[in-house]
Amino acid sequence: MTTADPTRSVAIRVDRPNAPSADAAVAREPAVDLRDVSVYYGSFRAVRNITFDAPANAITALIGPSGSGKSTLLRAINRMNDLIPGSRFEGQILYHGQNLYAPDVDPVEVRRRIGMVFQKANPFPKSIYDNVAFGPRINGFKGNLDELVEQSLRRAVLWDEVKDKLKQSGLTLSGGQQQRLCIARAIAVEPEIILMDEPASALDPRSTLQIEELMAELRARYTIIIVTHNMQQAARASDYTVFLNMGDDRAGYIVERDRTIEIFTNPKNQLTEDYVSGRFG
Amino acid sequence: MTISAPSTDRPLGVALMGSAARRRRERLIRLVFLSAALVSVIISALIVVSLIGGAADFVSKILPAQLLEDGWYPRRDEFGLLTLLAGSLLVSGIALLLAVPIGLMSAIFLAEYAGPRTRRIVKPVLEILAGIPSVVLGFFALTWISPRVVQLINPSASDFNLMAAGLGVGVLTIPLIASISEDAMRAVPASLREASYGLGARRITTSLRVVVPAALSGIVAAVILGISRAIGETMVVAVAAGGSGGSQFTVDPFEQGQTITAAMASLAAGTDQVVGSNVAYQSLFFLGLLLFVMTFTLNQLGDVFVRRTRQQY
Amino acid sequence: MTAIARPIGDTSLRRTGTDWAGLAFHGVLLASLLVSLLILFTLIADVAGRGLPILAERGTDFLTAPTSSRPARAGVAQGIFGTLMMAVFVAIIAFPVGIMTAVYLEEYAADNRLTRFINVNIRNLAGVPSVVYGLLGLSIFVISLKNLTGGRSLIAGGITLAILVLPIVIITSAEAIRAVPRGLREAGFGIGASRWEVTRLLVIPHAAPGILTGTVLALSRALGETAPLILAGAVLGGFSTGGKDFVEQLFGRYTTLPVTIFDWARRPQADFRELTAAAIIVLLVVTLLANAIAILLRNRYERSS
Repeated sequence: MTTADPTRSVAIRVDRPNAPSADAAVAREPAVDLRDVSVYYGSFRAVRNITFDAPANAITALIGPSGSGKSTLLRAINRMNDLIPGSRFEGQILYHGQNLYAPDVDPVEVRRRIGMVFQKANPFPKSIYDNVAFGPRINGFKGNLDELVEQSLRRAVLWDEVKDKLKQSGLTLSGGQQQRLCIARAIAVEPEIILMDEPASALDPRSTLQIEELMAELRARYTIIIVTHNMQQAARASDYTVFLNMGDDRAGYIVERDRTIEIFTNPKNQLTEDYVSGRFG
Repeated sequence: MTISAPSTDRPLGVALMGSAARRRRERLIRLVFLSAALVSVIISALIVVSLIGGAADFVSKILPAQLLEDGWYPRRDEFGLLTLLAGSLLVSGIALLLAVPIGLMSAIFLAEYAGPRTRRIVKPVLEILAGIPSVVLGFFALTWISPRVVQLINPSASDFNLMAAGLGVGVLTIPLIASISEDAMRAVPASLREASYGLGARRITTSLRVVVPAALSGIVAAVILGISRAIGETMVVAVAAGGSGGSQFTVDPFEQGQTITAAMASLAAGTDQVVGSNVAYQSLFFLGLLLFVMTFTLNQLGDVFVRRTRQQY
Repeated sequence: MTAIARPIGDTSLRRTGTDWAGLAFHGVLLASLLVSLLILFTLIADVAGRGLPILAERGTDFLTAPTSSRPARAGVAQGIFGTLMMAVFVAIIAFPVGIMTAVYLEEYAADNRLTRFINVNIRNLAGVPSVVYGLLGLSIFVISLKNLTGGRSLIAGGITLAILVLPIVIITSAEAIRAVPRGLREAGFGIGASRWEVTRLLVIPHAAPGILTGTVLALSRALGETAPLILAGAVLGGFSTGGKDFVEQLFGRYTTLPVTIFDWARRPQADFRELTAAAIIVLLVVTLLANAIAILLRNRYERSS
């Protein structure tokens, strides 16, 4: 914090209990590398010229006001936008050196390596066990399914709460539990990257904190990219932050991208500072 | 315990392409479903082609004057079209005189007055009415409506008569008009009703002066589709209105008669020898084409009004 | 000068008189509903009154005897057989094709001109009078494809009916599929399921109750249809099926319950009136049974999902 300028008033208190130590600024290989990405819906450009990379085993947060294209960008990473008729992609997204949008790439394979947790928890109308087992089953998993289900539920910090009722429907759980079930479900296919689209926005504060703690634990095994409109959450929970804003052409663009500490205490761009101190958005 | 173990043996670029077998399977499945969807297109084409083909054949074999004859007796080469048109219009007219008031009022009751308990009793009744096979209703029209209602009004009516058939068709049409009108009325936003009640209007006023006008497009659609249904109805007329060999031109509902549809049924049912390329057989297609055009036009018109209700709200 | 009926100083909230118009209107509305109820009631009572004595008197003989020109000997066995076979044809032709069409339209089709054309086309087909389908059956399946179907055969009639109810199956199945929440599909895709996997494992199970309801509706409609079969060659009058095996009957002449009812309804002998009513009872029972079975299936699906 030695570069902090005392004359700048930043309204965010940066309290980061789960952050790695500041010395662990090891150069991490990017898990995913976006280069000059633009996404169109028909003739409307939702995001333009996005370039950044998300380091492996770290949490990268995408923040910005509504309309800045954060969700669109997130969904481009696992090719969920492909399902929207009329959507078009320009640029490259590199994953271990491979462009995910190369012509012969199968989006289904992409999504098996890059998982997603949605804003509103959407467990399948099946038992808790079947929810978690769904992904492995369609992948032709031949090993011990019970073990995999337990491991996934443990990693999602849900096992103790549901271990006696695995046959119950997933829909009988509370909101926070359902979301953790969705995380367990995503983990069960053993992705490298987990995308989270405002995973706690529909939850109460306690569940929100639980999800954030869970994210911190998951970071050891997975790379996490999270979209959030909650700045305190981004400041608390993430290692890197990408700040997007909506331009005059209504397309989202990157204003600044840096380690979270820097974005919130020492932003380089006036717009960034205005946003994180709540002057707009 | 990695489940992606098989794919990590391959270079990532290849693994991301996925399995060719699975992609082939997905493409095949898509093709199968598309073929199923095309079946309906083929059916439409077949209907249009066979109707036009047979009708053209018919028209080429007769003199136009034959269409203006005084009666429809196809086996005697008398093809008086006006006879059948008059019959269809008469039967449909009577049917609508019964079905529109009752259907509309039932709809107003269900949309504006009925509580959930009443609805639970009334809606099934209408659904059952809609599900009665038309031949059963034809029997009822012949054996009950004709003696007990029609001959009550006019004791000299013949046993088979167009009025009984019309009333029978009306009964079948009530549920259709009721349900489409009710849907249209329920689509009227609550805010309009609240505004009316808020001004101190009573239920009858709100229903008749606010809801019904607001739902007018839907009600018009219901009536138009009701007409289409009535014109397309065959068995009630075939059983109750008589005219098995043919019919004479009449506008008297208390007499026997035929509609376009009943004439088709009677011609096909008459003898074993309908099949062939004689003119009587082709007249079937001529009538069929006429019927198809009439109902198609009415349906399109009805749809225009249905879309108008949707656009409004 | 004021148009309001109440004088401005009047603060009473009491009604100024009985609302005769409102009451009368309410009464008229109720009456119109009662008319429908009465009609239904009268119909059932009349049919039951005429037909039940016959069933009581002749019992199973009525159900197992073939049709005949003599009232005392005529039965609905051939009619029942034909009706059941129609149900089979509808089930094996209309259900799969209809459900697959709905799946294509809702899950696979892009929003382009072909898709919109198919949709419009199906709606049009749904509004075509049943007698025109009979004409289609006659010209294509009875005549043109005579060598394949056997002419005026049960097969030709069955296919005709299946085509008739196809639009109903498509429209109701498509509605059921459309009602499946988007989040369910997204969750499936997010896990890396393919479109077929999402459709087969998530969408169709969720839409199953609605799809089953649609098939019930279609089946009921098909079982009650007469006009298309008359045009497509069902037999009016007597015919013998004795000595024919199952396959021969498929390719041979046939009748169904509604066709039998039509046939008997036209006969001049007074005794046939009662017989017709009895046959109607059998038809209604069969239709009710089919509905009940399907509703049971649907409830079982709803509970297990």
